[in-house]
Amino acid sequence: MTDTAKRTSRPPRVLVTKIGLDGHDRGSRIVAAYLRDAGMEVIYTAPWQKIEAVVKLAVEEDVDVIGVSSLATDHLLLPDLMAALGAAGLGHVRVVAGGIIPDGDEAELLRAGVNRVFHPGSPREDIVATVSHLAAQARATCANG
Amino acid sequence: MTDRSAAAAGADAGGKLLERLLDGEPAALAKAITVIENAGARAAQVLAGIQSRLGHALVVGVTGPPGAGKSTLVSALVGELRRRGKSLGILAVDPSSPLSGGAILGDRIRMAEHACDPEVFVRSLASRGHVGGLSSAAARVVDLMDAAGKDVVIVETVGAGQSDVEVAQLADVTVVVCAPGLGDEIQAIKAGILEIADVLVVNKADLPNAERTVAQLEGMLSLRDPGTATVPVIATTATEGHGVAELSDAVEGRAETLGGSARAGKRLERIRQDIADSAAELLRRQLNDSDDDGLRALCRSVQRGELDPEGAARRYLADYMGNKA
Repeated sequence: MTDTAKRTSRPPRVLVTKIGLDGHDRGSRIVAAYLRDAGMEVIYTAPWQKIEAVVKLAVEEDVDVIGVSSLATDHLLLPDLMAALGAAGLGHVRVVAGGIIPDGDEAELLRAGVNRVFHPGSPREDIVATVSHLAAQARATCANG
Repeated sequence: MTDRSAAAAGADAGGKLLERLLDGEPAALAKAITVIENAGARAAQVLAGIQSRLGHALVVGVTGPPGAGKSTLVSALVGELRRRGKSLGILAVDPSSPLSGGAILGDRIRMAEHACDPEVFVRSLASRGHVGGLSSAAARVVDLMDAAGKDVVIVETVGAGQSDVEVAQLADVTVVVCAPGLGDEIQAIKAGILEIADVLVVNKADLPNAERTVAQLEGMLSLRDPGTATVPVIATTATEGHGVAELSDAVEGRAETLGGSARAGKRLERIRQDIADSAAELLRRQLNDSDDDGLRALCRSVQRGELDPEGAARRYLADYMGNKA
């Protein structure tokens, strides 16, 4: 997957961000660096983003995947983000979440349309391969739609 | 789907995209940028379709060494221009990794103030191996933002070095940003990007030695040919908004002095450059793919020392153009 990302003339475009009030951004920085080193173009924001701002950014930057880092319950905002993305015509954009997300909440996030939840200790290869795969899916959906 | 119907569907989709783009729809502008950046199937159609709608936007280039505060200054400038009723497109270029091809595009971090303003459209581009401070698609992306009806398009380069002067060909007004306390840095940009500035900014003016940096720059400018246009030196503290109104005045004033015809002339010059670049690229590809006996003979002549490479190139061009004519 990494090689594919390197070879295509159009690298996956991924937004790495944090919504809500928690500012612990070490994890999101590390993941951003993983994805960059796998040949992806990563739009990186400061924490504390509003959902409205994330949607506007996803439109303007034409991203394939959004990665949301959550360490202090901000993942509970994800269903609202999913609804806002859908309303803005961004149903093709894939969304992953990572951080401290209780097992009980994971099922709810997946039901809301989040494509994957990464827990502490997730290997780099898994994150890179999943994001790369989801980016390809997003593009295929978008081209058909 | 047959080839013909696929092509027709593509042309139709391109037409719809173009229509929505010219209406100023943000999602269409975003998609059109993707199409252009990746030289997609609809690129030619979109580019042809926007030509008659170009020339409205004032294009402002912002360049300078890494860490001078370009993104923060752009954000402050955007705030001021919004207060003056302008709609904005911002194109922020960051470097691609030469190793992986990936990139961290982080210029938006400094522009959080405008994160929800519908009149501010920001797009981050990775340089994708292009040298010169921009990305190879930058000029076309600026045109798309112009065609989408933006009043001002700001192009922020990667942290620039001595010879990253490309932005001046693209922009109507070029702003070069420096920071105080970088004495050596000032020396470094003397011969290069300093010369392309229409407006010079000393940002972080709250730091010690800011006045000295301003004085140094003004001193350098005073040595220039008296015939060249006056370049104002403006001290700003972008984080506080100090000097930003003055900078906006200088940019808008410069645009007025320049006038519409000079801007149109510059555009024509850019198109000529575009054609020259495309011709060179076509020729390069043709030579690299060629299995021509004449070309092989020229290679051997160079190897034997009978011709130098430029002489061989001239002969090839003469023969080739001759055959085609």
